[in-house]
Amino acid sequence: MNKSHTYDHDSGRKITLSIFRYNPSNPASEPSFREYTLTETPGMTLYIALTKIYTSIDHDLSFDFVCRAGICGSCAMVVNGKPRLACKTLTSEFADARITLMPLPTFKHNKDLSVDTGNWMNAMSLKVESWIHSKEQTDISRIEKRVDPDTADEIFELDRCIECGICLASCSTRIMREDFIGAVGLNRVARFSIDPHDERTDEDFYELIGDDNGIFGCMSLMGCEDHCPKHLPLQSRIAYMRRKMVKV
Amino acid sequence: MQQEHIIELLTGKDSRKKKSRIPARLDLLQSVTGLILVLFILFHLLFESSILLGKDAMYALTKGFEMSFIFEGGEPLVISFLALMIFIVFILHAFIATRKFPASYRESIRYRTHAKLLKHEDTNLWFIQISTGFMMFFLGSVHLYTMMTQPEKIGPFASADRVYSDTAWPLYLLLLVSVVLHAGAGVYRLIVKWGVCDRTRSKTIIKAATAFYLLIGLVSLGAYIRIGYEHRNDYGQRYHTEVSR
Ligand code: HEM
Ligand code: SF4
Ligand code: FES
Repeated sequence: MNKSHTYDHDSGRKITLSIFRYNPSNPASEPSFREYTLTETPGMTLYIALTKIYTSIDHDLSFDFVCRAGICGSCAMVVNGKPRLACKTLTSEFADARITLMPLPTFKHNKDLSVDTGNWMNAMSLKVESWIHSKEQTDISRIEKRVDPDTADEIFELDRCIECGICLASCSTRIMREDFIGAVGLNRVARFSIDPHDERTDEDFYELIGDDNGIFGCMSLMGCEDHCPKHLPLQSRIAYMRRKMVKV
Repeated sequence: MQQEHIIELLTGKDSRKKKSRIPARLDLLQSVTGLILVLFILFHLLFESSILLGKDAMYALTKGFEMSFIFEGGEPLVISFLALMIFIVFILHAFIATRKFPASYRESIRYRTHAKLLKHEDTNLWFIQISTGFMMFFLGSVHLYTMMTQPEKIGPFASADRVYSDTAWPLYLLLLVSVVLHAGAGVYRLIVKWGVCDRTRSKTIIKAATAFYLLIGLVSLGAYIRIGYEHRNDYGQRYHTEVSR
């Protein structure tokens, strides 16, 4: 057989993944780190590495993935201390071939690397009333009200949030104070406050975020902006909401 | 007033059934008091470093602050008044900013552990901000109280005697480092918090300014120590008496 066209799967370097293992719903489970060593393949992402561990070493390991393309936000985890999307992280990035994986802090821990971001995001959406508030009856037979293209762009920019939860897991304020709504929540409010379809006033938004769990809780530690995998302009949007809210 | 607070206690809202506006006022006041203190420190450290231009320069500046152009020979009470004003802003700022300190063992251990994992510059910068702020509760209070109560003891010899013979230099050394780091981190926080200008560029500029102020502060503290040492046997003697003699 001509070997030159196939990749030799045993020739890559050995990498070691140290993974946090714990099942909070099993009283016998002890929180600990377990090490897995495997052979790196070209273009290997953490998603591929974890799947390999799951299929060939340890079938009890839990972690979340859906899109594998940095779109769904379900694979966020702490990689060598930094919250990141596992499906967008190449193992080749780590020169010393050692990678420590932990679940995102501040969210409800399901098991191992899996946390429940979804229910928190739903609760946050309800809390900041994350929908267009308008007294106008929507008539779907008519063309929607025009929006200035620049404003539309600005809204789409903020709508790019994938609710991965990385901004919260990178925020020491949130780590200290669990009721803090975080960048994802403040960004959401900013998104609706610039949307001309939304009739809410700054006074209305103040009722949602005008306290120390909202906009005034932010201490500008900037973990959010520096780790957001979608590079949303979180600092400038939080500052924008803060300037609005102190004027109310 | 009392009624208003009782309504808020029971409903979480004020009498208009709205959220209190106080958190907004406090947030702004924290920044405004911080900014006033930074502007003050910016000039204060420069004036204090006038000793590097010679005793005469520092003496002339001191007399200028005592408004010798109005009051014959200068009026130290002007300094007392200035120190009192700064003390009030200082206390107000500290009072408001302590809201942000980690409030329990749980909060502080969570912050420290998270910051160590994250290795993120701005997250660590906040630790500098709160620890230097905490130190200044004591250091700044002692200094401001001295300036309020002994305003006449400022001058090339009087200040140097305090620094060297009265052993104030350890206090000033710690205060200098705390205040410069705190002011640097504070200005950066103001810029980020209110979205004044570009974050990365302002960080570079602030780092350079912080280094510059640390440098002139340390060198001039060294100058006061040297003058105080040379003047140790004439402790208490004033600069202007020597000149006129
Ligand atoms: C007892 C003295 C002081 C204490 C306890 C203190 C404490 C603090 C704390 C904890 C913060 C962070 C607040 C936050 O994270 O939101 C802060 C911010 C700040 N401090 Fe101080 N500080 C003191 C004195 C000073 C002095 C002397 C200056 C000026 C040189 C100053 C300038 C600032 C500035 C500009 C900020 C940023 C304000 C903001 O975030 O709104 N502080 N201070
Ligand atoms: S703002 Fe960024 S980090 Fe936060 S949830 Fe959205 S995409 Fe993730
Ligand atoms: S699996 Fe969807 S973002 Fe990583």
